[in-house]
Amino acid sequence: MGQIELKGVTKQFGDVEVIPPLDLQINEGEFVVFVGPSGCGKSTLLRLIAGLEDTSGGKIFIDGKDATDLRPAQRRLAMVFQSYALYPHMSVRKNIAFPLKMAKLSQAEIDKKVEGAAKVLNLSSYLDRRPGQLSGGQRQRVAIGRAIVREPAAFLFDEPLSNLDAALRVNMRLEISELHNSLKTTMIYVTHDQVEAMTMADQIVVLQAGRIEQVGSPLDLYRHPRNRFVAGFIGSPKMNFIGGAEAAKHSAHEIGVRPEHIKAGQSGEWQGRVTVSEHLGSDTYLHVQTDHGLINVRADGEIGLHHGDTVWLTPDPACIHKFDANGMTI
Amino acid sequence: MATQASRAAGRLMISPAVILLFLWMIVPLGMTIWFSFLRYNLLIPGDNPFVGIENYQYFFTDPNFWPALWNTLTLVLGVLAITTIGGILLALLLDQPMFGQGIVRVLVIAPFFVMPTVSALVWKNMFMNPVNGLFAWIARTLGFAPFDFLSAAPLFSIILIVAWQWLPFATLILLTALQSLDSEQLEAAEMDGAGAVSRFFYIMLPHLARAATVVILIQTIFLLSVFAEILVTTNGGPGNASTNLTYLVYSQSLLQYDVGLGSAGGIVAVILANIVAIFLMRMIGKNLET
Ligand SMILES: Nc1ncnc2c1ncn2[C@@H]1O[C@H](COP(=O)(O)OP(=O)(O)OP(=O)(O)O)[C@@H](O)[C@H]1O
Ligand SMILES: [Mg+2]
Repeated sequence: MGQIELKGVTKQFGDVEVIPPLDLQINEGEFVVFVGPSGCGKSTLLRLIAGLEDTSGGKIFIDGKDATDLRPAQRRLAMVFQSYALYPHMSVRKNIAFPLKMAKLSQAEIDKKVEGAAKVLNLSSYLDRRPGQLSGGQRQRVAIGRAIVREPAAFLFDEPLSNLDAALRVNMRLEISELHNSLKTTMIYVTHDQVEAMTMADQIVVLQAGRIEQVGSPLDLYRHPRNRFVAGFIGSPKMNFIGGAEAAKHSAHEIGVRPEHIKAGQSGEWQGRVTVSEHLGSDTYLHVQTDHGLINVRADGEIGLHHGDTVWLTPDPACIHKFDANGMTI
Repeated sequence: MATQASRAAGRLMISPAVILLFLWMIVPLGMTIWFSFLRYNLLIPGDNPFVGIENYQYFFTDPNFWPALWNTLTLVLGVLAITTIGGILLALLLDQPMFGQGIVRVLVIAPFFVMPTVSALVWKNMFMNPVNGLFAWIARTLGFAPFDFLSAAPLFSIILIVAWQWLPFATLILLTALQSLDSEQLEAAEMDGAGAVSRFFYIMLPHLARAATVVILIQTIFLLSVFAEILVTTNGGPGNASTNLTYLVYSQSLLQYDVGLGSAGGIVAVILANIVAIFLMRMIGKNLET
């Protein structure tokens, strides 16, 4: 259970077409991440799947059945909101129990499931608190708890970790991944965090202005971006793009090289001057001004180059991406 | 205010206002208490001897006292029931997206700007009048005998009038509370399988509890002292059927020129109002915490 298919789904707000006709197939048990720049329609797409927005056209199938006109509750999907959307006047226990209560389960059954979910999520000692008395991470767990007790066909997450601090985010990321491994339920996850997308996803869907630019596994997108947009969007720091004569040498309109595929040394192809070097300990990010523009390089932590130093850069020839005039990969 | 120094400074800063307010309250209260122990009738010149609790004895043994107390409570509870329930329903209605929303909202608030005397007169002469009133006309058109509201059901009529005045206030406060409800909470509830009715009772109503508490507290304070509407419409009658405590104090002190007795009645009203306030705070005040 938990296969979702969109066929020609569109969405308009007034005259503005936010999602042009879009097809997408999400297989059972997959962890699918939607990424894209702000305002590209990730949340809208998620809300369309959830049933919180009506489609302007097209059909949505859940487990092979047409769900386009079903109410949210009938789609058997659970959603975790960015703001958590916990019910502030209810205790944690009541929050988690709410969907079960709405499903008219017996009290004994409700108690059993709530205890179970609380145990999985380490919430047992907070069950009688109100959401206002919890930390951000705990609230997030309550929101997830409320989603898992329903045993939904799929989970929908809309930037669930963006309100948490960096350390907690890493923790919760692992917890959600573990949850997915143990539940094996389909999950759709919206984020604009590179690391979350790369580490958690089975499939990444890259969106731009409501259009799907590419769908694929994280490494697939990293190694074989279909076009310039995906190449620039996936990977951090961003890919370097070089046009002009240098690109013509590779018989392309533009070439792209990732910062980690450039070697900095005493000799090489491109000469440049270091403008900024960011020492992270494990790595050093060099910003090098060359004849071909500013190029970012990810070098060794011990490289010892500083502002004003002269370096030569050599791209790894096996890792040069070539693009034509329309920005498509050659 | 986190530190001791800032708390002390804070107290110092607000003390002029607090002292002024305290004097504002304590001087009239003190004088009323003092007068209530005097035999002080404007029709009997001469000195005003101290008579202890004589005035209170007169007030409590007045045959109108218990009916007036009863009427006061009925009035307050009746108006509260109509305005909070009606206010919630109206707020739900006004929260729906509709054509001409701004104008409709202004119209709903309008009754609150009408003076109590005026609105009572309008109701008395244009709606409830058994000969010329709108209700009488409707009744006759439908073939019924007109109902003489103010003499047949005086207290109920006054409750209607006062509720009409306070409904906008309740609606307005409850509407703003409703609009402050996070829409994601409603969406989450929808995904959790809650229908419209469940969403109302489990999500909206608890969210409105605090605003409703404010509405009830503020209204109670004003409703305990309803006066103009009674004076204009029924004069407390027929008999004592629509006399509340405020009106009783008025009729005793001003109609009989007995300042001492009136003061005693005033003090009794203050004490009763405080008892009601304490009850209210106990019952619903916990809604205001955190
Ligand atoms: N209710 C609405 N009415 C009109 N336009 C809307 C509405 N909701 C969203 N939009 C528009 O649709 C587009 C996509 O919005 P959406 O919230 O899906 O973006 P997003 O990808 O989730 O962005 P972010 O990463 O910032 O959350 C935006 O341009 C937004 O202005
Ligand atoms: Mg969004």
